[in-house]
Amino acid sequence: MVQRKINIYKDIDWFTVILYLILVIMGWLNIYAAVYNEEHSSIFDLTQRYGKQLLWIVASIGIIIAIMLLDSKFYAFFAYPFYLFVILLLIAVLLFGTEVNASRSWFTIGSFRVQPGEFAKFATALALARFMSAFNFKIHKLKNLLSIAAIIIVPAALILLQNDTGSALVYATFIIVLFREGLSSAVMLLGLFAAILFIMSLTMPLHYILIFILIVTASVAFIHFHDKKQVIKGVFFFLMVFALIYLINTLFFSYDISWLIIATALAFSVLLGIRALVYRYYYLFFIVGIGLGSIAFTYSVDYFFDNVLEKHQRSRINHLLGIESDPLGAGYNVNQSKIAIGSGGLSGKGFLRGTQTKYDFVPEQSTDFIFCTVGEEWGFLGTSVVLLLFLTLLVRLIILAERQRSSFSRIYGYAVVSILFFHIAINTGMTIGLAPVIGIPLPFFSYGGSSLWAFTALLFVFLRIDASRRELLR
Amino acid sequence: MANTLKNTRTFVIIGIMVLIVIIYIGKLFSLQVVDNQYKTSASSNVLRYVTQYPVRGLIYDRDKELMVYNEAAYDLMVIPRQLEEFDTTELCDILDISKEFAAERLNKAKAYSVYKPSIFLKQVSAKTYAELQEKMYKFPGFFTQTRTLREYPASVAAHVVGYVGEVNEQVVKNNSYYKSGDYIGISGIERSYEKELRGEKGVNVYMVDVHNRIKGTYNDGELDKDAVPGKNLTLTLDMELQAYGEKLMHNKKGSIVAIEPATGEILCMVSAPSYDPALLSGRPRTKNYRKLQNDTLKPLFNRALQAQYPPGSTFKPINALIGLEEGVVNVNTEYSCNYGYHVGNFSVGCHGHPSPLDFIESIQYSCNAYYCNVYRNILDHASDAGISTNYTNWRKKVRSFGYGKKLDIDFPFELKGSIPEASYFENLYKGAWNSLNIVSMAIGQGEILVTPLQMANFSAVIANRGYYMIPHLVKEIQGEADIEPKYKAKRYSDVDQKHFEPVVEGMYRVVHGDKGSTARNARVDSLEICGKTGTAENPHGEDHSIFIAFAPKDDPKIAISVYVENGSYGATYAAPIASFMIEKYLKGSVSRTWYENYILKANLLDGAKKD
Repeated sequence: MVQRKINIYKDIDWFTVILYLILVIMGWLNIYAAVYNEEHSSIFDLTQRYGKQLLWIVASIGIIIAIMLLDSKFYAFFAYPFYLFVILLLIAVLLFGTEVNASRSWFTIGSFRVQPGEFAKFATALALARFMSAFNFKIHKLKNLLSIAAIIIVPAALILLQNDTGSALVYATFIIVLFREGLSSAVMLLGLFAAILFIMSLTMPLHYILIFILIVTASVAFIHFHDKKQVIKGVFFFLMVFALIYLINTLFFSYDISWLIIATALAFSVLLGIRALVYRYYYLFFIVGIGLGSIAFTYSVDYFFDNVLEKHQRSRINHLLGIESDPLGAGYNVNQSKIAIGSGGLSGKGFLRGTQTKYDFVPEQSTDFIFCTVGEEWGFLGTSVVLLLFLTLLVRLIILAERQRSSFSRIYGYAVVSILFFHIAINTGMTIGLAPVIGIPLPFFSYGGSSLWAFTALLFVFLRIDASRRELLR
Repeated sequence: MANTLKNTRTFVIIGIMVLIVIIYIGKLFSLQVVDNQYKTSASSNVLRYVTQYPVRGLIYDRDKELMVYNEAAYDLMVIPRQLEEFDTTELCDILDISKEFAAERLNKAKAYSVYKPSIFLKQVSAKTYAELQEKMYKFPGFFTQTRTLREYPASVAAHVVGYVGEVNEQVVKNNSYYKSGDYIGISGIERSYEKELRGEKGVNVYMVDVHNRIKGTYNDGELDKDAVPGKNLTLTLDMELQAYGEKLMHNKKGSIVAIEPATGEILCMVSAPSYDPALLSGRPRTKNYRKLQNDTLKPLFNRALQAQYPPGSTFKPINALIGLEEGVVNVNTEYSCNYGYHVGNFSVGCHGHPSPLDFIESIQYSCNAYYCNVYRNILDHASDAGISTNYTNWRKKVRSFGYGKKLDIDFPFELKGSIPEASYFENLYKGAWNSLNIVSMAIGQGEILVTPLQMANFSAVIANRGYYMIPHLVKEIQGEADIEPKYKAKRYSDVDQKHFEPVVEGMYRVVHGDKGSTARNARVDSLEICGKTGTAENPHGEDHSIFIAFAPKDDPKIAISVYVENGSYGATYAAPIASFMIEKYLKGSVSRTWYENYILKANLLDGAKKD
C-alpha cells in the first residue's frame, strides 16, 4: 500500500462544511427568536439559551478542529473501545443520571448537563461500520445478522430503559445501512409487513388482522410453490376446517372468532409441519413461520403498547393514528405547532415577529419544536428552504459515501445519512402532524449542546475520513 | 452485479428521501399557504383586546353651571390564577363586605375564567380605594380598574338629566358598540344624547402568552385606538329656576314647564314629586330604583312629558282663536251666561261673573257658556259640510298649536296627549252625533288630554302671537357648530297672527283685570303677566289646579304651564306658583314672601294619598 500525503484544507468537502455552517447559524437564529425577550436582547447573554447555544457552537468548532487533526484510521481503530465506553456510560447514566422530563438520560456536571444517549448513535455507527467492513463479511450469515442486531439493539435497549423511547427508536434507522449493504429484500419486505401489522394491530379489530395474515401467508406460499394446485387445495382445506370449527363453536361454545382462527391456524400448522417432515420439504416451515410469527408479533405489539409504553406515548401514537382527537390533551403540542406553522403564511411574520412560538404556546419551542419558529417567522419559503437544505445535505453525503474506497467509510457514511434522515423526517414530520411526537432533536437546529456536539462529531468524522479517501489505494 | 444492485439501492434510498421531502413540502404548503384556519387560530391565541373607556360628557345648565360630572369609581378586579394566600379578613374589612360574599364572588370569578379578569367588587368608593391602594401588595391577583360614576352637585332636575346604568342584553344584541357591563343612558338627557355623551371606546391590543400574561403592545400599537371622550352638553335649563320650581312643588304632585318663547328653550321642567338623582348612580342604583318604582307617588314618572291631563279652561284661548279664524265669532260678539250653558235638559255650569260679556271678557272671566257657544258655532257653522268635516278642520288647527301630537322634543318618552279624530266620535255615537255631544271639549274637558309640556308650548304660541319653536333641552353640544336645525324653525299655527292680540289682552286681564278676573292673585308689581287659569274636573278627588302664563306681555321672555294635581281651582295653587316662577326668572327674587311661604308649606300629598 502506498500512502499519499493529504491536505485536509484542500481535500475536505467544503460543500458539506458550508451546508453545515448555514444550518447551524439558521438554527441559532431561530433559537434566538424562539426564546427572545427584550430584557435579554444581547446575543451573548449566557443566562439565555441562545447565549449558551452560541457557546456550544464555538465549542463545536473546537471539536471539528480536533477531529480534523486526528488520523483518519483512528476512528476505525477505536470504534469498538469507543462503543464499549459509551455502553458503559449508558449503564452508568441509568444508575447515577439525573431525571429530566421523566427520562433518566442526563449526567449533570456543574451547571451543564450531558446526554450520553446522543453520543451512543455516533458510537453505534462507528461500531457497525467497523463490524460490517470486516474482511470476508457476509451479511446473510446468521451469526453476522445476530451480531449486527446486537450492536444496534444493546444501546437502543439501554436508552429505552432510560425512558427515552424517542431516542431508542432512532436505532431502527440503521435498516437503511443494512439495505444499502445488500440485506435481502425479503427481509426488507418482512420489515414492511411488520410495520403494517404494527399499525393494524393498534387500529383494527384482531380478527381482521388475523385474516390479513392468513391471506399474506397464502400469497407467499402461492408465489413460492411451483405446484399452485397444492396451495389452492391447502387454502380450501383450511377454510373447510375453519368452517367446521366455527359450526361446532356456535353450537356448543361461544369463543371469540379470533381464537377460532388461531386454533385453526395452529392445527393447520401442525399438519403442514408433519407434511414438511415427511416430504422433507422444509420451505413449508418458512411459510408456517411467517404466519405464526405474524400472529405472535401482533399480540406482542398489543402487549408492548398496553404494558410497556407510557400513557403519554400511547396517546401520542393514538393521536397520530387518528384514534384519539383531543386538541387540549395529547394533541395540544401538535395542534399548537400546526397553528404556529400555519400562521406563518407564505413568507412568514418576519424575524423575531413570531407570536405563537415566542409566548410559550408551543411547548419545547427551542428544542424539539424549533421547526415551528422557522414556520412562523419565515413562512412556507423558510420551511421549504430548510427542508431542501437538509435534503441537499443528505444527498451530498450519499454521494460522498458512494465515492469511498473503503467499505468502513462507506458504511459509516450511510450510518450518518440514516441517523440524520431519521431525525429530520421525524422531527419536522411531528410538527406538521405527519409523524408521532417523539422527542428527538432536529440536527444542527435544536437547542442543546449534547445533540449539537454529537451531530457535529458524527458528520465531521465522516468528512475527515472522506478527506483521506485517496490515502488508501486499492 | 453487486455494483448495479448497490446503485439501484442508492437510488431507492435517495428516492425515499426526496419523496418524503416532497410530501412534507406539500403538507406545509397546505398548512401555511392554502389553509387560513391556522392564521385565525393564531391571532385569537395571542391577541388580547383591552377596552379603554372614554370619560362621559359633562352636563351644564344654560349659565354654564355644572349639573352632572363624573367621579372616578374603581372596580376591584381579580384574576383567580394569580391569587396567592392572602388575609381574607383584612380585605373584607377594607371593602366592608362579608367573608361569605367574598367567597361567593371568588367562586363566580373562577367559574368564569381562571386566567381572565372578573369584577370582584363594583364601584369601590374613592376613599376605600385609597385605603385599598396602600395595601394592594398584600393581595396579589387583585387589581383595580377605573370607571366613572355620575355625580350631581345640586341634586336637581333628576327627570331631566336621567340616569345611566349597565346595558341590558337586548341592547348588547342589537348594537355592536355595547358590550355586557358597559354603561348607557337609560332615561332623560343621558338617554337622548347618549351618542354625544358617551364618546367612543378605544382599544389597546396586547399580546399575551399562553398564561394570559401581557407581553407588550401588538405591532407597536398599530391597531390601538384611543378612547374619544364624550362631548359636554349645555342645557337650556336654568338650574336656579329649576331648583326653585322643585321647591315650590314640594309635597305636591304635578309639573311646571317653562319655555323661552322666542327660542323654544326649556327653562325648567319640574315633575313632582322628584327624587335625588344621586340615588340612581352607582352600586345602590338597583336597590333605590326598586324603592322609587314601588312608591305610590310614582316619583320616577316624568309628569312634564308623560302625564296626560285634561287642560280645563286653559284650553279656552285656543277655541277663541279658532273661532276668530273661522269667523264664527269676533271681538265684539257677546253671549249671556246664566250660571252656565243650558240647552233643554243639558247644562254646563259656570260661576258668577258679569253677563252678558264680550270676547275679551270671556277670557278674563273664563266664561263656560261663552265657549260652549263659540265651540258649537265652530262645529256647526264654520262650513256647511257637516260636523265631521268641521270637527276635523278644528282638530287640524288645534294640532297646529302642538296639541294631540308629539312635539318632537329632544327627550325620550314624550307622550302626545289626545285630540280624538272625528272617526272616534262617529263610532262612539254610531254616526249620529252633533256639537252638543262633545261640547265639554269647548272648556277643555271631555276627550281632550294634554301634557304640561304642550300647555307651556301653547302658552309660548300665544306669547309669540302665532308660532312656536320646538321645545328643546340642549343649547349647545361641545365641538358641534349648532343644534339640529329643526329647533331653529318657527312653526306657525293655522290661526292668522292678527287674531292673537285680543286673546293676549284677555289673558292680560285675567291677571290685571278688576274684581272677578280669575287670577288676580298672580299679579306681580311691575310685571305684565298674561295668564289663563284652568280647573280640571277630577272624578277621583279634588280638582286639578292649572295655570298657563307668559310675561312680559310685550316681548315675552318666559312662557309657563303649572299643573298641580288636586290643587283645587286654577287660582288656588297653579296661578301663584306660576307668578313666583316668572318673578324669580325675570327679577331674580320673589317679593311676596308671605304668599311664597304659604305655597311652599302647602302639603297636598296627604289628601292625594287618600284616594
